[in-house]
Amino acid sequence: MMRFILPFVVFVVLAVFLFVGLNLNPREVPSPLVGKPAPAFTLPQLHEPAKPFSPADMKGQVWLLNVWASWCVSCKEEHPVLMELSRRNIVPIYGLDYKDKQADAELWLKRGGDPYVLSVADAEGRIGIDYGVYGVPETYVIDKQGVIQYKQIGPVTPQNLTEKILPLVAELQAK
Amino acid sequence: MIPEIGNFALIVGLFLAFTLGVLPIVGAARNNAVLMGVARPLAAGQFVFLGIALGCLTYAFVANDFSVLYVAQHSNSQLPTVYRVSAVWGGHEGSLLLWAFLLSVWTLAVAMYSKHLPEEMVARVLGVMGLIAVGFLLFMLMTSNPFDRLLPAAADGRDLNPLLQDPGLVIHPPMLYMGYVGFSVAFAFAIAALLGGRMDATWARWSRPWTTVAWVFMTMGIALGSWWAYYELGWGGWWFWDPVENASFMPWLLGTALIHSLAVTEKRNAFKSWTVLLAIAAFSLSLLGTFLVRSGVLTSVHSFAADPKRGIFILTFLVIVIGVSLLLFAWRAPKIGLGGKFDPLSRESLLLSNNVLLSVAAASVFIGTLYPLFMDALGQGKLSVGPPYFEAVFVPLMIPMVLMMGLGPLARWKKVDAPELAKRVSWAFGAALLIALLLPLTMGKWSVMVSLGLLLAFWIIASVTLSLRERLAGRDDFMQRLRGQSLSYYGMQLAHLGVAVFIIGVTLVKGYETERDVRMDVGDVLNTGGYEFRFNGVTEEQGPNYVAGKGHVTISKDGKVVTELYPEKRQYNVSGMPMTEAAIDAGLLGDLYVSLGEPIPDSDGAWAVRVYIKPFVDWIWAGCLLMSLGGVLAISDRRYRIHNKRSAEAKTEMPLEEKTA
Repeated sequence: MMRFILPFVVFVVLAVFLFVGLNLNPREVPSPLVGKPAPAFTLPQLHEPAKPFSPADMKGQVWLLNVWASWCVSCKEEHPVLMELSRRNIVPIYGLDYKDKQADAELWLKRGGDPYVLSVADAEGRIGIDYGVYGVPETYVIDKQGVIQYKQIGPVTPQNLTEKILPLVAELQAK
Repeated sequence: MIPEIGNFALIVGLFLAFTLGVLPIVGAARNNAVLMGVARPLAAGQFVFLGIALGCLTYAFVANDFSVLYVAQHSNSQLPTVYRVSAVWGGHEGSLLLWAFLLSVWTLAVAMYSKHLPEEMVARVLGVMGLIAVGFLLFMLMTSNPFDRLLPAAADGRDLNPLLQDPGLVIHPPMLYMGYVGFSVAFAFAIAALLGGRMDATWARWSRPWTTVAWVFMTMGIALGSWWAYYELGWGGWWFWDPVENASFMPWLLGTALIHSLAVTEKRNAFKSWTVLLAIAAFSLSLLGTFLVRSGVLTSVHSFAADPKRGIFILTFLVIVIGVSLLLFAWRAPKIGLGGKFDPLSRESLLLSNNVLLSVAAASVFIGTLYPLFMDALGQGKLSVGPPYFEAVFVPLMIPMVLMMGLGPLARWKKVDAPELAKRVSWAFGAALLIALLLPLTMGKWSVMVSLGLLLAFWIIASVTLSLRERLAGRDDFMQRLRGQSLSYYGMQLAHLGVAVFIIGVTLVKGYETERDVRMDVGDVLNTGGYEFRFNGVTEEQGPNYVAGKGHVTISKDGKVVTELYPEKRQYNVSGMPMTEAAIDAGLLGDLYVSLGEPIPDSDGAWAVRVYIKPFVDWIWAGCLLMSLGGVLAISDRRYRIHNKRSAEAKTEMPLEEKTA
């Protein structure tokens, strides 16, 4: 009798796995950078190229680093969400203008509004390599110690903002 | 209006399926002839109404009715009519409808060709198939109704995925689904036998032709899919071990095992509980395949609509169908008892090892496919399993399998005299070995893998030849002996030869293919594999619903033009998706394959061009075709036709069968 029930037992175990699997997202690829210090850089600011900016300046604050570009179509989609977020003054957003021309980028911000405290220009995309940028846009949540706590690939939407990013920001700010 | 009729027909179909799933099974349990008698008319009614539903959806596509959401998502007014018809199964909802319709076709076929079976068996088989249909129709009506309206209607549709706008994809899904769904017949027979508690050899004899038909469809379906991937994806590969490919390959492996195991159960009354379990497992894997494709638990190039709600529904359905079947098996199987005895070396034992190896192969594909899911569920992180795993596991399993495949048809039932068999096959094996060692030398380069592959292939060919010779040689009339063998014998040998042809294709294309990926300016000439490929540039062409960059490549050998190829890079108007149309000069000894990569920016008409020379690649699909033809021959065997006529005798035969058990 026992050996005949075995197929059923095996199947039950499998069904449990399939059920768990339903609630996982196979497309969600965790960044190896999560939990690691944000790579250091010093880049000229977009609006005032004479002034440099470095993530080290942000020690003690929770902040978002948003990778964007004027040539990026999905950035238009997330732009209103970022504008709204900056108006609510919850967390400072810094922009990394990725492989872009300064004139195009400034025009783009002038037209759509500038949600960023400031943006830095990564014209050659060198810093993008350090941060493992797959595609634009991407958003990093960086904590007070300068450690990357979360990486959003693709546009920030109202949904992932309220479900993931804002709770995380609140938690990090409370620490 | 028409979509509403379709929707209504679906609901009626569900009602009929439900009645079919309940009344005849109850009737069989209570021995009530009236309740059992309704099975056939209900099967016919279910077929008619699902046919109406499918017809209505097809009409909505052909008539460009974009007020139907599913049509708006998968069609477009620019789409050529033939693709509007095939777009019916180009998405999730419609392919489910096709699934359900094909199930009703199989149900009707069983109802029509089962006159020689006892009434209660027919009632149970049709009832089980009705219950499966209930699951699928409920799934469709509750989570994925193809007739949902889109109001206000869309001005135009979103177009069919350009990947699917291809003749191969018009017939690949129906073929494959006929196979998937066809295994439900063997499953229903197995469950009916378990329900009835009569597990003699007769159920095996009855379900055997059905299983073979389903297997033939599945073989063709998989082969078509592979062929399509070869010429449409532009990478020149023919199998990618993608989760969805594996989802069709696993039931195929178990179906192959089932065909062989059914033979033993029918002929020798052995492996009875194992055969039942295989029948359950083969269909369970068909269902699981549906789950994997539809639920989005795995990433795949075949990403259909991934929706967790649908996933929950299919999983529940899966748990009910498979769970109940396996419990029924656990309850009934202990009473089945052992079958005819056999020696450790006999045709039975060879077929048993074939079964074990095929099942282990299916299990290893299964583990590889679901491994990322298991690891993720256990919190071990994300990873993917690729072709290296599958090749490392699969190939070693197939080597002993193929070696035994040669011996099986030569071995006798019950007991084989090992030295005698060894003596019989020694020449065949020697010849195969000699050819395998020498033939690669004529192809230019000798390698172990090529030699091994050829050894396996020629071993099959030699053993088939040996078997034919033993059966046909003799003093009396050759033609009479030729006719004296059963069609199912020829079918088996033809299918085995198909495996040999397949192995030759795989081995030679892997061993000797040339792949060049180069930048070519207009007028550039590439010399490779003894051919000259001259790139004459790309011109723009207008298709019905796309714009194509049409390349022109002249291929010559020793100064003589062999052929002109026109690979295309298409940009579809609506979706904006780029598609690669490889140009292939196919031949018995190999293909010349050219596909366009990307245009080189800032150049004067230069492109990245992929040039492949694929020796013997078509043998891969020719092998599959031979396997299918073998299956067709086997089911055309006289005994199945005679069987239909001797309906009354079949019933009286059964007690005899039991006595011999």
